[in-house]
Amino acid sequence: MGQHIGAYGVQDTLRSGFSSVKNELLPSHALELSEKNFQLNQDKMNFSTLRNIQGLHAPLKLQMEYRAARQIQRLPFLQSSHLALDTLKGNDESISFEDILNDPAQSEMVGEPHIMVEYKLGLM
Amino acid sequence: MSTLSMCQTQLGGFSFENCKRNAVLETEVTKVGCRMPAARKTGTTIVGVVFKDGLVLGADTRATEGMIVADKNCSKIHYISPNIYCCGAGTAADTEMTTQIISSNLELHSLSTGRLPRVATANRMLKQMLFRYQGHIGAALVLGGMDCNGPHLYSIYPHGSTDKLPYVTMGSGSLAAMAVFEDRYKQDMEEEDAKRLVRDAIAAGIFNDLGSGSNIDLCVITKGRVDYLRPHDMANKKGVRTGNYKYKRGTTGVLTKAVTKLDLEVVEETIQTMDTS
Repeated sequence: MGQHIGAYGVQDTLRSGFSSVKNELLPSHALELSEKNFQLNQDKMNFSTLRNIQGLHAPLKLQMEYRAARQIQRLPFLQSSHLALDTLKGNDESISFEDILNDPAQSEMVGEPHIMVEYKLGLM
Repeated sequence: MSTLSMCQTQLGGFSFENCKRNAVLETEVTKVGCRMPAARKTGTTIVGVVFKDGLVLGADTRATEGMIVADKNCSKIHYISPNIYCCGAGTAADTEMTTQIISSNLELHSLSTGRLPRVATANRMLKQMLFRYQGHIGAALVLGGMDCNGPHLYSIYPHGSTDKLPYVTMGSGSLAAMAVFEDRYKQDMEEEDAKRLVRDAIAAGIFNDLGSGSNIDLCVITKGRVDYLRPHDMANKKGVRTGNYKYKRGTTGVLTKAVTKLDLEVVEETIQTMDTS
């Protein structure tokens, strides 16, 4: 979790407190790390269960489909619907806090287009 | 100048950006001697009991914000599906949002399966969500409903543990209500006995616990019928003032009187109802 660079390029004391090594290393909330990796951990757990039950082919096939569906999107700084990916994962039949709070489509800040595309292509 | 987080797309869900700032502000504020504002809790007595052909859920109607009563008549029995209702204790916003999310998910699920949803499904969904957030979502719930296997009653704690029992109480007034239940609960009661028992249990919570008060709401769920009785019993009616401190007309003598007529025309007339309970 990087420091917030406020106006004039210096450390934003109001939003992220005094800069100290402890501040930067420790998560700001007990749930921060677990929430960041929640989807990844769920997927890992599901794939390993699937592998144990049905054999290696099942997770391999599914992950191939996910990889194909993930490529159907606009450039990184634009909002894409991820419709195929959501249908494959089953997210089209459930609503959770990810859909209600902090909707990326309503975010007030837009990413820097050049930097985001460079990061995605691995040129950064 | 842009950090790595600017290159990746933003995810939805909870944002922990302000946690450090809040921690810093809290230490500064306590140093000065003030207190941070408290979230609105529901203090509360909520109960549920299973009787012969169904179940009765009961709740009081007071919402507190620290030491002040924030809402004298709030509704604590939330709709989950046509055959399942849920009472919520704890932080008011958490119970409200949690029950609404689970209600939406259950509706989507039941459209997908084509069947009436089961109480065990709602219980499992709630339990998994509350465990995911490790108790930071302060919602203690009493979930009850009627499905193809009969009446079911669950109590769900904020950390995600659940109990399936014939009678449950939750909230700050739960001990007072449980005392009434332990004394008078019998298996296979009639509907009127069950309603009276729940009414007495909530009344015990209302009169013996500061966090509960006002009226008693009841929800009777049987096969094919739901009776949402709000209010079932107005245990705490606001009193009528017996004395009047206003002066009678003619106490002060009138010296002169001048009447000026103002020419006004009615442009628009609207009626807005207010909840003055």
